[in-house]
Amino acid sequence: MGALHGWVTTVDHKRLGVMYILAGLLFFVIAGLEATAMRIQLAVPNNDVLSPQVFNRLFTMHGTTMVFLVGMPIIIGMANYLIPLMIGARDLAFPRLNAFGFWMFFFGALLLYFSVLGGDGLYGAGSMPDVGWFAYAPLTGRAFSRGNSTDYWIVGLLVGGVGSLTTAANLITTIFTMRCPGMTLGRMPLFVWLLLVVFFQMLLALPPLSAAQIMLLFDRFLGAHFFNTQGGGDAVLWQHFFWIFGHPEVYILILPGFACASEIIPVFSRKPIFGYAVMVAATIAIGFISLGVWAHHMFTVGMSTGANAFFVFSTMLIAVPTGIKIFNWLGTMWGGRIRFATPMLFCIGFLFQFLCAGLTGVMLAAAPFDWQLSDSYFVVAHFHFVLIGGLLFTIFAAIYYWFPKVTGRMLSERVGRWHFWLFAFGFNLTFLPQHVAGVLGMPRRIYTYDADRGLELWNALSTAGVPFQIAGVLLLVLNMAWALRNGAPAGDDPWDAWTLEWATTSPPPAYNFETIPTVRSRRPLWDLKHPDDPDWKHE
Amino acid sequence: MLWTAAPLPIPSIFDPLSRPADEIYLLSLLVLGVCAAIFVVVGGLLAYSVVRFRQRPGDEDREPPQVYGSNQIELAWTVIPLLIVFVLFLVTTRTLIALENAAPPADALEVRVIGHQWWWEFRYPEQGIVTANELHVPAGRATFLTLESADVVHSFWVPQLNGKTDVIPNRVNRMWIEPREPGLYLGQCAEFCGTQHAKMFLRVIAHPEAEFVAWAASQTGVAVDDPAVRPGRDVFQSFACVNCHRIGGTVAAGVFGPDLTHLMSRDTIAAGAAANTPAMLRAWIENPDAIKPGALMPAMQLAPRDLDHLVAYLATLK
Repeated sequence: MGALHGWVTTVDHKRLGVMYILAGLLFFVIAGLEATAMRIQLAVPNNDVLSPQVFNRLFTMHGTTMVFLVGMPIIIGMANYLIPLMIGARDLAFPRLNAFGFWMFFFGALLLYFSVLGGDGLYGAGSMPDVGWFAYAPLTGRAFSRGNSTDYWIVGLLVGGVGSLTTAANLITTIFTMRCPGMTLGRMPLFVWLLLVVFFQMLLALPPLSAAQIMLLFDRFLGAHFFNTQGGGDAVLWQHFFWIFGHPEVYILILPGFACASEIIPVFSRKPIFGYAVMVAATIAIGFISLGVWAHHMFTVGMSTGANAFFVFSTMLIAVPTGIKIFNWLGTMWGGRIRFATPMLFCIGFLFQFLCAGLTGVMLAAAPFDWQLSDSYFVVAHFHFVLIGGLLFTIFAAIYYWFPKVTGRMLSERVGRWHFWLFAFGFNLTFLPQHVAGVLGMPRRIYTYDADRGLELWNALSTAGVPFQIAGVLLLVLNMAWALRNGAPAGDDPWDAWTLEWATTSPPPAYNFETIPTVRSRRPLWDLKHPDDPDWKHE
Repeated sequence: MLWTAAPLPIPSIFDPLSRPADEIYLLSLLVLGVCAAIFVVVGGLLAYSVVRFRQRPGDEDREPPQVYGSNQIELAWTVIPLLIVFVLFLVTTRTLIALENAAPPADALEVRVIGHQWWWEFRYPEQGIVTANELHVPAGRATFLTLESADVVHSFWVPQLNGKTDVIPNRVNRMWIEPREPGLYLGQCAEFCGTQHAKMFLRVIAHPEAEFVAWAASQTGVAVDDPAVRPGRDVFQSFACVNCHRIGGTVAAGVFGPDLTHLMSRDTIAAGAAANTPAMLRAWIENPDAIKPGALMPAMQLAPRDLDHLVAYLATLK
């Protein structure tokens, strides 16, 4: 009881970080089960395991959950835990605000899932939202979405959004004001730099979503008609609002993946990151350009040729800094001495899959090609390659890499390798065939499809990949449970790494560092270990 | 689709049979080629690095040379992608302008497409034709579509004829198709539009010119009024059917559901969810949910005899 009280009332950034990550993993399991149910329904044509009503709720909740209740909290959790340690601080700038942010997120999440009981949707009592995760107007209007399921979607995300905003402001303040002596901006670990850009993106991108959601509430309850087309409202206006949030959101999700890769790849290649300054510049470029690409989600709505051409250009342009990052990671590995520990395996999987995701992204950026691919299974495959093949793989890498720091115990490498290979195989088996299904004319969000349309094989393969992914995740969970008690003691610095979090004990004390460290370079622990050839001579 | 003898075509975007789809296909081949080349180069470098620079037994204690970066290399891998992007942008924009700003030729057919939850209405203003779910067009010349929605956002997608264009309430979108050969082209709604988004199928039937003219002639005028099926007509007119459906020449003038004046000229009912046979018609009227769960047509709860009469009447509406 006392322990539980300690966790609920904590304002410690490390505990809150762990709570964010555990909550994210819990919702990851829920969203995974939702996806599994959908893949069972789609395994064979004309299947009727799920009704269309249930299927529509499942893909709405799967998407909403993965973005807002899995991706966001895990990212914020990692930032919470690691940033103070990496910059040599004792906590965030505003620890109580940090706790407030977590509980806002958590209550928002509960509110969204309370719709299962209280939604009173279109089909009778208790309905999860069923309008899709981007909730296009006017399907969300009172005329087409009766009951309250859509209201749970709106209010749950509004509440959670407040938490994300306060935490973003909190971490920006922390990064700007609480770095240890000697840690100039130019010496911050890339992880901190990338997350700094992410938190600025959150500050800029979330308010448009919140504003649009409030306008939608006005439509639904106060008779306004921002998006209510039957009252003269504008369906496309919602799309602009949503994607002005929604596309930066994609980078909010993937940049932390880049951040993890930018820490892990150097350590396991035994070389500093190649082109640190260029990596920072590329990140900032992505941050800016990502605010101007949103309407590539809307090439099919009938915008003017000029507008379409602009978004073709901005979207293709963002591939350049993204490509620079991939090249710099390869440059880091080049000439190194690569150790294939589990974190590095996941990073290599990430590099390969994110390369695929980036290239399908370029295809989608060519607007006329997008007219064919948009809203088909090709797009489903593309963004799962970004968010699972990209983000989730780096999150797994990060779990294997930093678990020893958080718990003081090593995860099993043997089980980790099984996890990697099972998950990588299952992931590719599920999502590679979906590219083909899309090319053959399969739209997304259909609960069933006809036989003899060339879709059976690709959907069967896609479903066949699911058990492998489940087995992989199960191994991770078992590995963590086992390692908590039985894992080999980690020591302070099990990977022979270079950033400040490895300078303190595992797990770190509540105050992080006995004495606040002073740094002279980007790799303070390298300097300690190689006094004859410290980094600061080269930077 | 069990009811058709011949296998239906697979609507692959890489099997285009119409002018806009052809041009998109050419662009997509170019983009695919460039992406494939990048994939081979970068993927190759990744594979090479992983194999060549792996840790080997014996060098665990040796740190490799610490390289911090190189401005020349950074410049190279910034400028080369920029050039590739610039070329791709120009090529894309050329196709974009060609397809978006094409003016209808003088002989183009004009059709209004109206998306409904969960079916398609087609209106031919010049011919005075109203039909549903199966769009008949001439092969070899352009058909220009005006896209409107009666309720939520839909998207018109027949992959072999053109990419998709959204169908948005309070907006009017334009797109065009130009099937080269007569034949059947399949598509379906591509923007999630509610419960039965999955069964909002589209068929485009391209005819040789003479056949199209004959089809158009068959679609004009009021409905067949066969005295033998008068009881069925009376059932239709005395129940709620008339609130949603129109049958030319009767009191039925509803606009919420498909126009049934020439119902039997269509191959499918319920937006392609079932074959248009008397047996399926009967099943559909009796319980639409069994064929298309969530469909907005209510179960009509007719007495079996009324149902027989009604189906017999509908079966005469050529």
